[in-house]
Amino acid sequence: MELFRIRKDIPFMRHALIFNAISLITFLLAVFFLFYKGLHVSVEFTGGTEVQLTYVEAPQVEPLRETLSKAGYIDAVVQTYGSSRDIMVRVPNKNNENASKVSAAVFNTLCSAPGVVRSTQSTGPKGESLTKETCFSAQNTEVASISRVEFVGPQVGKELATDGAMAMLMVIVGIVIYLAFRFEWRFAVSAIIANLHDVVIILGCFAFFQWEFSLPVLAAVLAVLGYSVNESVIVFDRVRETFRNSRMRGLSVPQVLDHAITTTISRTIITHGCTQMMVLSMLLFGGPTLHYFAIALTIGICFGIYSSVLVASPLVMWLGVSREQFIKQKVEKEEAVV
Amino acid sequence: MNRYPLWKNLMIGLVLIVGLLYTLPNFYGEVPAVQISAARSTVKIDGALETRILDALSAANISPTGTVRDPGSLRVRLANEDIQMKARDVIERALNPDPQSPSYVVALNLLSASPQWLTSIGALPMYLGLDLRGGVHFLLQIDMKGAITKQLDVATGDLRTLLRDKNIRHGGISRDGETLTVRLRDDATRNQARDAIRASRSDFEYTERNEGEDRLLIATLSVQARRTIQDDAVKQNIVTLHNRVNELGVAEPVIQQQGADRIVVQLPGVQDVSKAKDTIGRTATLQVRMVAEGANPLSPPAGTDVFPENRSGQPFPVAVKKQVVLTGDRFVKAQSTFDNNQRPAISVTLDAVGGRIMRDTTRENIHKQMAIILFEKNKGEAISVATIQGEFGNQFQITGNFSTEETNRLAILIRSGSLAAPMDIIEERTIGPSLGAENIQKGFHSTLWGFLAIAAFMCVYYLIFGLISTLALGANVLFLIALLSLFQATLTLPGIAAIALALGMAIDSNVLINERIREELRNGATPQAAIAAGYERAFDTILDSNVTTLIVGIMLLAFGSGPVRGFAVVHCLGILTSMFSAVFVSRMITNFAYGHRRKLEKLAIGQIWRPSAE
Repeated sequence: MELFRIRKDIPFMRHALIFNAISLITFLLAVFFLFYKGLHVSVEFTGGTEVQLTYVEAPQVEPLRETLSKAGYIDAVVQTYGSSRDIMVRVPNKNNENASKVSAAVFNTLCSAPGVVRSTQSTGPKGESLTKETCFSAQNTEVASISRVEFVGPQVGKELATDGAMAMLMVIVGIVIYLAFRFEWRFAVSAIIANLHDVVIILGCFAFFQWEFSLPVLAAVLAVLGYSVNESVIVFDRVRETFRNSRMRGLSVPQVLDHAITTTISRTIITHGCTQMMVLSMLLFGGPTLHYFAIALTIGICFGIYSSVLVASPLVMWLGVSREQFIKQKVEKEEAVV
Repeated sequence: MNRYPLWKNLMIGLVLIVGLLYTLPNFYGEVPAVQISAARSTVKIDGALETRILDALSAANISPTGTVRDPGSLRVRLANEDIQMKARDVIERALNPDPQSPSYVVALNLLSASPQWLTSIGALPMYLGLDLRGGVHFLLQIDMKGAITKQLDVATGDLRTLLRDKNIRHGGISRDGETLTVRLRDDATRNQARDAIRASRSDFEYTERNEGEDRLLIATLSVQARRTIQDDAVKQNIVTLHNRVNELGVAEPVIQQQGADRIVVQLPGVQDVSKAKDTIGRTATLQVRMVAEGANPLSPPAGTDVFPENRSGQPFPVAVKKQVVLTGDRFVKAQSTFDNNQRPAISVTLDAVGGRIMRDTTRENIHKQMAIILFEKNKGEAISVATIQGEFGNQFQITGNFSTEETNRLAILIRSGSLAAPMDIIEERTIGPSLGAENIQKGFHSTLWGFLAIAAFMCVYYLIFGLISTLALGANVLFLIALLSLFQATLTLPGIAAIALALGMAIDSNVLINERIREELRNGATPQAAIAAGYERAFDTILDSNVTTLIVGIMLLAFGSGPVRGFAVVHCLGILTSMFSAVFVSRMITNFAYGHRRKLEKLAIGQIWRPSAE
């Protein structure tokens, strides 16, 4: 089987201007939504308490919200998480309150209507001993239990945010340095612009749909950055090879770029397709925790192909790459040897 | 010819075998076990205890399938859950005759079912993070200011004593924030005072200032001294936390320093957060009381309490007065040393207030007996009963018939009575056990189905070479799991996601190689030459494409925390293993499949389409 039967080089560069215009518009839209709507960042960054409750029977969300706001948690967010029986409650940090006690207070409040909280001892499926707090109704039947609590103090949240930003900055710096060593500066600049454009678009999507931006999503975004840079590297490798190839001397710069993209496109699509299959599997089977992680990767992979082919290469062209830059390098090297 | 030299084949084979060995423990699953750890710091886990437990078990007709002993705990492996419950009860009865004051924590636990020989070469199953096994995670912030203030208060008392001993008159010593100010009359006394203080305390830096008539000597802690105080505070708090966590009966608690002033506490299996918090946040548990002289401990008179004292292994009741002289939070330091006669002793430092109280008490009670009582689980135990030999202040030695080992232990005990500095919970995560199991399922399924999808596609698209790529990818999983098991890196759900992602990205190398081989064939190379050229030319590109991903991994490792770190570790390892398996393992298989054939007409790498052929 062979998917790609490309007879002639596909004239990508002929439409470079259109693609760049599309990119610019999506990019600006993403920036606009980032500023206009802002990222919906998770508790990890803002600080606060997140409690995930598992009910035996699916509860109504609205009464729960009312109970909480009556108890003073006015800005509490209540929503279902994964299934209708799983309820997620998110309470921001308050300065005057012992923040680490919020989770217990929230649980007690929610439980006070149907019954009481009791600590129960049980034995796990493999004989390990477990203790958990369970809410029992007046009839002594189980109503709900806590399945996850996440409390992040205000200073930790701030630290995670700065660390995250720092990681992103260092990744960009690292990649630029690597590319500058590896290639000409024109390539380095276009590769990093093309791939930052991906990152901004992912962030823009998260802002537009108000998806939750958590630490794993940040990791996914950075992983995508590294992944699609290597995509550009492979295309640029071919560009350089083609420039140096004496048989291809007759080709103009856009033709060289077209040739490089065309010869690598089958590999690009197969590789990304495979990675996407894995990510799709995560999206389908990974449950709510990996949901946004997989979504970030999906967007990243799609835009990664697009940007390395149709953004990075035209950028190189606009920046004025030419055969002489590579031939000259070669001559210099020979002189150095002599 | 496409053949690896023998040594290369052997090496790759060896790596594969080692990988398989270290992956093996993950397949054995777990067996029920009973874990015994010390509930009080005064009891030890040793060979004698092991015999005692085994005797008790054999008396109850229970034969354990094995035991594992490390310095902190003893685990008895058992055949099934019924026996596990029975064994727990038997051991509980044998070790803790008085359920009100248990000496040992007897907890149900799970042990890897992998055979002994695997364990002995260090092959253990992967260490699962809390999000996969359920439990509580706390991040505690130590109030370093509090620790330093406490030390400075002690120093104030020290300086006062020192100046009095040296007969240097001063107008008062005060602590102001993090500086100590000594007021002196004139320059001469100030010089005298400075020299005296400098001779006894090297941990201060001095500046001088004049304020009206007063000559001020200002002492601030040196950077080195501050660091020592902070390190000690963290260490002491960790020891204290260990003792407290022991009471919860958690099978495998993790208590570690994180950064300069933070402590991570992880309690797998615990869901009762409020109890855990209460236990961790408890205050002083150490008391100093006077012994009620002449009172009969067996029929204690009113106003006294009776506590057992452990003398050469035998509990010996001691009657002490109800009135508490000092509590544990007055203790600043306790170290094992030697007294003037070179006998092991414990040197104790109290804070300023404690020193004053101690001075008054000892002056009035010379040649009487004083007891130090440690409370654990609300049960007191006299850890030392000693006769007061003379008046002393905030620094004194406890001597007795101690061995060095005992003084070390007692020093820890005294220190563990209090926290060196207050702590706040700044991060808390609780994951229910069922959620943990669910997370493992989800992570496993996403990896499995993704792998199968990729394998199916590769085999259809590249035929035999696709199969080889799939085998190489399988080897990659093997190496990755083996490395994670070997390093005992914590595997979290983002970590599993990173495994999946690593596999998704690793296939890139194989695609590069296969595409290159096709290209060589398309350009008219012979099959053997195409294989050789394909692998060689693709290698540069593979190296290239992995560098950028590796940069990301390393940066995430450096700056990430919590879930991101778990992701980053696997990500980095995954890149390294994928390069090895895609380049060497797949080449070796290809060589075995094609390398020996002299007349190779065709490669099963899928259809090669030549534009010119049409």
